Amino acid sequence: MSMAERSMGLGLRALGRLAGSDVVDRLGVRKPAERVLYRATRDGFKAVGAAGRTFKSVNGGRKAQRLPSTTSTGLFDLTPTDEQQMLQESFRAFGSDQLRPNALRADTAAKAPEEILKQGGELGLTMLGVPSALGGAVDERSSVTAVLAAEALAHGDMGLAVALLAPAGVASALALWGDGDQQATYLPAFVEAETPASASIAIQEPRALFDPFALQTTARRERDDFVLDGVKSLVPLAEGAELLVVAARLEGHGPVLLLVEAKERGVLVKAAPGMGVRAAATGDLLLEGVRLPARALLGDGDPAVYAEAVRRARLAWCALACGTGRAVLDYVIPHVNERVAFGEPISNRQSVAFTVSDIALELEGMRLATLRAAARLDAGKDAAREVAIARQLCSEKGAWIGSNGVQLLGGHGYVKEHPVERWYRDLRAVGVCEGALLV
Amino acid sequence: MINLEIPKKFVPLVGQAHQVAEEVFRPISRKYDQEEHAYPKELDMLAALIDGMNDGSDLGGAGAAGVRRTDGDGTDSIRNGSNMSTVLGIIELCWGDVGLLLSMPRQGLGNSAIASVANDEQLERFRGKWAAMAITEPEAGSDSAAIRTTAVLDEQTGEYVLNGEKIYVTSGERADLVVVWATLDRNVGRAAIKSFVVERSNPGLKLDRLEHKLGIRASDTAAFILDDCRVPKENLLGSPEVDTRKGFAGVMQTFDNTRPLVAGMAVGLTRACLELTERLLREAGVEVDYDKPAASQSAAAAEYLAMEADYEAARLLTLEAAWMADNSKPNSLQASMAKAKAGRTCVDVALRCVRLCGSLGYGGELLLEKWARDAKILDLFEGTQQIQLLIIARQLLGKSSAELK
Repeated sequence: MSMAERSMGLGLRALGRLAGSDVVDRLGVRKPAERVLYRATRDGFKAVGAAGRTFKSVNGGRKAQRLPSTTSTGLFDLTPTDEQQMLQESFRAFGSDQLRPNALRADTAAKAPEEILKQGGELGLTMLGVPSALGGAVDERSSVTAVLAAEALAHGDMGLAVALLAPAGVASALALWGDGDQQATYLPAFVEAETPASASIAIQEPRALFDPFALQTTARRERDDFVLDGVKSLVPLAEGAELLVVAARLEGHGPVLLLVEAKERGVLVKAAPGMGVRAAATGDLLLEGVRLPARALLGDGDPAVYAEAVRRARLAWCALACGTGRAVLDYVIPHVNERVAFGEPISNRQSVAFTVSDIALELEGMRLATLRAAARLDAGKDAAREVAIARQLCSEKGAWIGSNGVQLLGGHGYVKEHPVERWYRDLRAVGVCEGALLV
Repeated sequence: MINLEIPKKFVPLVGQAHQVAEEVFRPISRKYDQEEHAYPKELDMLAALIDGMNDGSDLGGAGAAGVRRTDGDGTDSIRNGSNMSTVLGIIELCWGDVGLLLSMPRQGLGNSAIASVANDEQLERFRGKWAAMAITEPEAGSDSAAIRTTAVLDEQTGEYVLNGEKIYVTSGERADLVVVWATLDRNVGRAAIKSFVVERSNPGLKLDRLEHKLGIRASDTAAFILDDCRVPKENLLGSPEVDTRKGFAGVMQTFDNTRPLVAGMAVGLTRACLELTERLLREAGVEVDYDKPAASQSAAAAEYLAMEADYEAARLLTLEAAWMADNSKPNSLQASMAKAKAGRTCVDVALRCVRLCGSLGYGGELLLEKWARDAKILDLFEGTQQIQLLIIARQLLGKSSAELK
């Protein structure tokens, strides 16, 4: 679809809304039709603004730093390393002490509290995928570590976890695929700054049966530049974003990832909170003829890089599902043990107890499949099949767990007094969302 | 360090087991499905081969080499030991044929019980014998604590006298020994239940009948009457003391260790179904794309992906339970999770594969319909789906069997 056609589609829908609005009449807004159409395509969208930081472009032709693959002992092993256990424990504590108590407020506000984001920066989340040579925290590939971190944070709250991890995803993408100049230009803002840059990966587009390998956002070459057009949805931290990694179909080539500074002309954002993960402040992104220099292309436009990014993002969502799924299990167990009906705890009934068993065993399967895929990524092995399997499990069993978390609380589960209604909404994100994060 | 790949050192074993499954089991699969109760004599040579490989061969049957818990070597190092290798071998062999695996001479569940709980003298005395396991009774299936078969010590002769009825004894007719569960005192309950090794030739152990079954027809399933069946008291496995504090622990310990093995059987059968279905779907023009969203692929491809995901969850849960046993971690919960997931998955996948493959799946030319019949036993024996869910729930919820019935 051409830009003009798409604008028309969006414009007409927005016009319909305008036509029903009193505001139009009250303000006496009477504009030439084409002007209204033009403005209407950007209904609610606005430029990011000047508040964000400026990235100082480095052009030194320096060599990129890459993390080596892990070397396995060859043994089947489910024991995290000592470092991973320490991280797991501290993120788990952060999740229960800081994220869980703030989750409802953030969900309602559709925004993560500033102090939480600041604390996340202090935890060094953006350093977990970045080599120590570039100021990061790791010396070999660390998808398993990222999975364990995401799981622990999502046990606190999935929406806040997404808000905290979105910049980390961009930092990891730069570490994995950025060239030396891209790393030097952007990574300091993630690993040196007091508050890491606000950033996320924008792959999702707003249509049914969205397939990240059949993008409608396009990039075309114009002399040495790329010109970017399209619409992205469910982009975390959209309104405050400073740096975006945008997926687009490069004409005559295929899907690629482009580094887009949010201050670029033609980058417009709009808050668009959804059913869940609302604390991540998801938004829509409208790209109108955004002109990017050749150095914006990530990973040389290699199709394998793009496929890996899609898989790593899916796996990050799987890790979140495991964490939130565990939160459901931990919450329903005391509830069904304490809730009395017909003279005894409802957990004395098989229909209730077996649901708890099913949650536990499906959750464990999700978790093992997710860890297997992550460990394969770290070892430099192909993980296409393993990621697909983990996503299938985490999407379907995850949503099932969310649903039964509410079911086991009955009517109590439907009201905001208990967190299970939020987990129901959050867990549906897994299987819907593409991109946004990365492990 | 987290790694969920098959350990390198077991790759040769997996290859060997796969060869046996492909070259010994598969060619005779249909034959013994049709000739129920015929003795699969082809297995004698295979069993002799396995016997010759050494006592601790991992290429065993249903965990016959025993699944004794190792206390580790005193270090913190992670082990991949006999629990994992046995499970891996079973997965491959059941990719071949579950019924034939259960019919492997000298590889019965009774052997597993003996290997797991017998003392050194008993181990020596029963070495090289084929032992079946007799637990279930007409009135006591899942509720094995309710068994009625009695064992009374005859002080004068130093023999236990067994009386009762046992059903569903796998390889009961073919085995040399039958390990019989009986109670020393029906008023005491679980703690009084002990297992006794009975020679198959014992005149008091009378074969009542061989069952005709839905599947695993290569494996014979016997029913016995124990009629004043006298066994030397030295044939009691474990301690003769009735210790109510330890309760069922002795006999149930066998189950904690064998549930992952039965889960492994289900995993192997599931993979057989998936591999054949994948081939038939490919011939029909359907291939799964792991990157493209399932919803954007054909319904058959999406269904295949969903089945493959459940298979993988079952497989990893099974390996987890085995890994825990090898590393002396309590795994009762994970063993039941593995058994529940693998049992339900193999039935679900087999039946869906039959449907996807149409008359090729349902007909007798290929083995898919047989696998779908074989599959059901794996969600029944060694604890039904429901029993596994009970075990899991009681642990998670901290419930006794009196509270959560």
